[in-house]
Order: sequence, then structure tokens, then C-alpha cells
Amino acid sequence: MYPDPRVVQLVDPNFVPVRVHVKDQADDFKRLGAKFSAHWTPTILVLDSSGEERHRIEGFLPADDFMAQLLLGLAKSAFARGDFADAERRFREIVEKYPSTEAAPEALYWAGVSRYKATNDAAALAETAKAFMQRYQDTSWAKKASVWG
Amino acid sequence: MAVERREIQWLKSFESALEQARAQKRHVLLDFSAAPM
Repeated sequence: MYPDPRVVQLVDPNFVPVRVHVKDQADDFKRLGAKFSAHWTPTILVLDSSGEERHRIEGFLPADDFMAQLLLGLAKSAFARGDFADAERRFREIVEKYPSTEAAPEALYWAGVSRYKATNDAAALAETAKAFMQRYQDTSWAKKASVWG
Repeated sequence: MAVERREIQWLKSFESALEQARAQKRHVLLDFSAAPM
């Protein structure tokens, strides 16, 4: 799974990867599946270094979508630890590198929120609403941002 | 010249992975899988 070398290049420096197999590690799957509410495979979780879940991917995704989701997990982790400048940079990187994935509009939304949290300037939200008038208009994220326009 | 890895090197122990992640300030990628090993 994930034979794409780009996935390996993304995972290697950022993650410690661990796989729990539903049949070959039945006891571990039962214990950790219950702990993290994983009831389907593949379920892939991004956990921060304290073990807190920051993002969840359920079901198979092609490489580009998968990589965008991994980056979303890292960006959400930065947001959760209050590093809003780093979070915004990471969210915008997703929009730039993977504009056609479902992660992109979600990242655009959270990039705006991150900038607002960093600056306390509501203009960041208005600019995000404006950006959603130009792209990703049919997504739920555009609807959520519309209140800021 | 470093050899580029073409596959993810999955650990099997969650506790070991979390310990490494803490020590190296990285994230854990936890994959619940039914794929052939």
C-alpha cells in the first residue's frame, strides 16, 4: 500500500508509521481500535507526539488526496498547539500543492481561521469568504465561510 | 548518495511508535489495516 515514492518522502521526515493489522494483530486491533474508535479499514490517524488524534482518514484515497490529508493532519496539529502562523502556512501549502483534492477547500477555510487567530483581525475571515467566491463555491466549506462575507 | 526508500517502514508496536514520536518530536501515523502483509 502507498507505493508512491512521494508518499514515502512525505511520511519519512514527519511521521513514525505504525500499522495494526485487523487479523494478524487481532488483540492489538481490538484494544487500539476501541481506544481510537476505529471500526473500519483502512482507518488512518494522525496523532501528535503526545498521542492525541489530530486527523482521521477513513477509506482508501489516491496518492495526491492521501498526501493532502496527511498535510491537513500536520496543519491541524499546529493549529491545536496554538502555532497559528505555522498552521496557516501549512494550510495554504495544501491549497497550493493539491488544489484539486477535497482537502483543499477545507485547508482554505482553516487558513483563514488561522490567520484570524494569529492577528485577531476579522479581515482575514472576510478575505477568506471572498476567496471562496472565486473557487470551491460548491463545497460545504464555502457555505461555512459565507457568513464572513 | 542516499538510497531512496520506496516503501513506508511500518512498525507493529503502537507503544514503540509513540515513544519514538515523543523522542523525535514527530507525529504518529496509525494505520488500521486489512491489507495483505
